[in-house]
Amino acid sequence: MSDVTTEEHAGQPGGTEPLPLASFDDPHLQPLARHPKRAEAVTGIFLLIGLLGFAAYGATYWVGGQPQVEGIALGVGLFAFGFGLSAWGKYLLPQGPFVEKRHALRSTDGERAAMAAAVVERGGMVVKRRSFLGGVLGLGGAVMGVVLAFPLLRSLGPVPAKTFEVTNWKKGSRLVDNLGRPVHAADLEVGGALTVFPEGYTSEQDMAVDQTILIRVAGPDTNVVTEASRATWGPDGYLAFSKVCTHAGCPVGLYQHQTQQLLCPCHQSLFDVGQGRPATNVFGPAPRPLPQLPLYVDEEGYLRSQAGYDQPIGPGFWERTTT
Amino acid sequence: MSTTGHTTADRPSGRRPSAVDAGLNWLDDRLGVAKGGRVFMDKIFPDHWSFLLGEIALYSFVVLLATGVFLTLYFVPSTAQTVYHGVYKPLDGVKMSEAYASTVNISFAVRSGLVIRQMHHWAADVFIGSIAVHMCRIFFTGAFRKPRELNWIVGVSLLFLAIVNGFLGYSLPDDLISGTGIRIAYSILLSIPLVGSYLATFVFGGVFPGNGVIIPRFFILHVLVLPAIIAGLIGAHLFMLVRQKHTQFPGHGRTEDNVVGSPMFPTFMAKTTGFLFMVAGVLWALGGLAQINPIWQFGPYVPYKISYAVQPDWYMGWLDGALRIMPSWEFAGFGHTIPFEVFLPGVLFPGLTSILFIFWPFLEQKLTGDRAEHNLLDRPRDRPRRTAVGAAFLAFYFMLFCASSTDVLANFFQVSLNVVLWTFRFVVIVVPIIVGLFTYRICLDMTGAPRVGKRKRAVLIVRSATGEYTTVEAAPRPGDGHQELEPAPVPGFIQGPEDGEEREPGVRRVARRT
Repeated sequence: MSDVTTEEHAGQPGGTEPLPLASFDDPHLQPLARHPKRAEAVTGIFLLIGLLGFAAYGATYWVGGQPQVEGIALGVGLFAFGFGLSAWGKYLLPQGPFVEKRHALRSTDGERAAMAAAVVERGGMVVKRRSFLGGVLGLGGAVMGVVLAFPLLRSLGPVPAKTFEVTNWKKGSRLVDNLGRPVHAADLEVGGALTVFPEGYTSEQDMAVDQTILIRVAGPDTNVVTEASRATWGPDGYLAFSKVCTHAGCPVGLYQHQTQQLLCPCHQSLFDVGQGRPATNVFGPAPRPLPQLPLYVDEEGYLRSQAGYDQPIGPGFWERTTT
Repeated sequence: MSTTGHTTADRPSGRRPSAVDAGLNWLDDRLGVAKGGRVFMDKIFPDHWSFLLGEIALYSFVVLLATGVFLTLYFVPSTAQTVYHGVYKPLDGVKMSEAYASTVNISFAVRSGLVIRQMHHWAADVFIGSIAVHMCRIFFTGAFRKPRELNWIVGVSLLFLAIVNGFLGYSLPDDLISGTGIRIAYSILLSIPLVGSYLATFVFGGVFPGNGVIIPRFFILHVLVLPAIIAGLIGAHLFMLVRQKHTQFPGHGRTEDNVVGSPMFPTFMAKTTGFLFMVAGVLWALGGLAQINPIWQFGPYVPYKISYAVQPDWYMGWLDGALRIMPSWEFAGFGHTIPFEVFLPGVLFPGLTSILFIFWPFLEQKLTGDRAEHNLLDRPRDRPRRTAVGAAFLAFYFMLFCASSTDVLANFFQVSLNVVLWTFRFVVIVVPIIVGLFTYRICLDMTGAPRVGKRKRAVLIVRSATGEYTTVEAAPRPGDGHQELEPAPVPGFIQGPEDGEEREPGVRRVARRT
């Protein structure tokens, strides 16, 4: 390029690149805009819109705020302000094209050898003939790593033990709703469903595990038998299943009376319930039927559980043995 | 003063020293910033619209930090139960956690709080979206090749960290929907063979929902640990970018050994700072105008309640879709259970995805045998196989994303869930194959066409005296044939006109650079 001359940078040892010198009317330094005055005006207008937007936001805030107005005011303000600044950069500032050399990332062979030597030879002095110290150092590091994992991991929570297998349902637990009111055999219409808990357990932790869905699939004279071994589990047309999905643990919250199916809204697992239908997983990713809670009706007509669940509720895990 | 001894020879432009010179000299005497600072200001940034994508991610992160700090001033990371008596009357008297109550308060009782809360959420969605699109740019143009493999790995790590932090963030308000998401995350942890139950109880401080520690734990991870790692990795990402210099598309005067574009200061700085404001403006407008995550409609989390037709944030969609369409393949035997229906889509699949992404540059080197350094970018059509693989992968993840709406699609199209589910089980396999093959074919066809994408010149058919026909390109049409300027080094000094002399703009004739 004819307009660029170069000049040695004073005071630098030889070998550095000379700094290029350009004349102010070098085409590389000129704005990209064909009409710089017009570009300047447009840029100015956008910056002004930005300024107005900021002011409008400030005023809106001052008088009490309103989300949509705030959104428009500051959103438009910031965007216009930024657009003006970008336009300034693009149309009014030097665009070149300028060029820069890429210097090889790779060091010289000598530098590479020296680096490797520093690591291997000087570093080797650390362990060479000091294998005992090295061993102790390594062992110490390993032990430190293990013991530091205690507070970092083990302190976080209890070991699971048998906690996954246990709910608070016991022999004779009375069924109550989420407000603690006992459920009477006359409470639900046929087709009705209710989330129930064992009486006396109201904490969030307990409710998360104990949640059970009580469904009335038939009238008071029907003993609902889901499978032969559960002949007495469904008195007066009632059935109860764990509400924790066996897939990913969401509450199986939808009961479709017409098809007699329970649906988990998270991943659409579907379970057949009713006469001869022990919450069989018929569709979706759930791998197992929902565990069934055996029920009976006490002398006063309230529903109670004959026993707890006969298997761990909820999703699968490594230690789970019942299939 | 340290400037004594300088002569006009040091300032070939003949400018008289000013207060700025004095200030810079003061700094240089102490830190030696003159040379490095100037080299930095002279740094060349090539221009291409696709280079903006990473900037969107960077500036969304800036917005996330700023809005995030604001939110921490009001958010209470606690599951302690409280009864709400705030300004939002529909929730008056409802029992809820402090976390949920404070989020409702940010939305209704803190001035500009709703806008900033929604802006934070939008910024997270845009952050991860722009990372994904930026990553596609890097992938399809081959910018990950030597010497940039390390930066690719850092970028992939950032993508996954951002997804994790996004999940942690939207879990914090403790609303019904995010609480269910945490429940699913717990089940995914639980599904890991051998250690799952231990991990789950350690992380949650007991069997779900634990002893109230999960929100505080997610909080500190979300606002300190992960942002610190992300910020550090972004720093490394940019450091490597500066060290290795930006890639560029082939073009006039551009070679493997140079970078052609505009200088850091002032041109690029003005453009990119403006762009920061533009990104912030769009996000702010979204925060004010486009409702997102209206937790006051969902209600507080109650473990036995559930909502219907719910999707996670978009970046979790591929995982949720995989969970939904996975067949129920639980393994049970030898006294143990491996819930593959959760472990495979929830742990193994994202794990393998991240491993594949991280090792892609090395895999491609292995497959193509190309181990050379590359600073010039590929046009996607010139690498049909890579482009086809990339398109197939995108189709695969997009299909999984769509599969996270099976219930909504079934409702919308009035078909049975069963049909939708089985359709997706097929299309996640079939569609990527078709997309890959089509892309391959299209790339091959486009490689064959000369000068695709540029304005074509007329072609003249010339008949020679002997009757032979040849084709030649016509001369450029008027207005079409600007010669691009030869790229020049950034001038260290600009020789201005004498003081008082009227500056005349120089002549500039430049075609649009592509």
